[in-house]
Amino acid sequence: MTKVGVVTFPGTLDDRDAARAVRLAGATAVSLWHADADLHGVDAVVLPGGFSYGDYLRAGAISRFAPVMTSIVEAAGKGLPVLGICNGFQVLTEAHLLPGSMIKNDHLHFICREQALTVENNRTAWTGDFAVGDTVTVPLKNQDGQYVADADTLERLEGEGRVVFRYREVNPNGSRHDIAGITNEAGNVVGLMPHPEHAVEAGFGPDGAKGPRTGTDGLRFFTSVLHALV
Amino acid sequence: MGRVVVDVMPKPEILDPQGKAVARALPRLGIEGFTSVRQGKRFELEVEGPVTEAVLAAAREAATTMLSNPVIEDVVRVAEDTGVVA
Repeated sequence: MTKVGVVTFPGTLDDRDAARAVRLAGATAVSLWHADADLHGVDAVVLPGGFSYGDYLRAGAISRFAPVMTSIVEAAGKGLPVLGICNGFQVLTEAHLLPGSMIKNDHLHFICREQALTVENNRTAWTGDFAVGDTVTVPLKNQDGQYVADADTLERLEGEGRVVFRYREVNPNGSRHDIAGITNEAGNVVGLMPHPEHAVEAGFGPDGAKGPRTGTDGLRFFTSVLHALV
Repeated sequence: MGRVVVDVMPKPEILDPQGKAVARALPRLGIEGFTSVRQGKRFELEVEGPVTEAVLAAAREAATTMLSNPVIEDVVRVAEDTGVVA
């Protein structure tokens, strides 16, 4: 069975939900510890959300130097699928696996809402089960969610189709070009601020077409990577 | 004991939401006339002995690799702290 690693840093919050999402998608979840450089033979890795190292210095800045990250950066360079969610996305930018950075939301408030996204790229390891133009609704909850990058980087991301998700209807944090998620050149590394792992099981997710809390759009991130690995 | 000070500021082209919030709040205290506020970070790195060129070089490396993120921040000063306050 496919093994998906879920990394826990000190201060990670959403590792349990991410592991649950992996299992609901039909894979085995493997806990990876920040201080252990061994990836235990996993086929893909999820960097979950939270406040690793209390967001001290900058969100994700200290996690990036954890032993497990050295192994992940090396493996990602060889094609290992890596998904960074929220704080995990911040870790990926600090580790230079993805360009740009996140700064405080333009309105300075913590936000927690059900957020609609538009799928812009379904050729990544984590989005193959979507169609371009699909609307995906998953929770968004953060303080430092404003995606920024210089003009050249934004132009390159747009030109190469590396914007994977855009905020739909409302830009909740001032992110450049309404960017909610991006990918690397190879398409194996994806980072996004919203939380697919909180929308994988009816009864616990956002409101969906079938009624309150029926939304399971997030599950397709995790089934996508399983299909990509076959 | 020596001390090196590292100052890190958000890049000029990056919007600084915290600085903006401070700038908006100052007039509430009756402090007028500041047209802009930008908020950065100051690090104090201490060593056992004197601040040598090697210590400064290590501080510069720390400043560029960990203390700042070059995408959003500039290292504006790496210098020995002489204890003199302007």
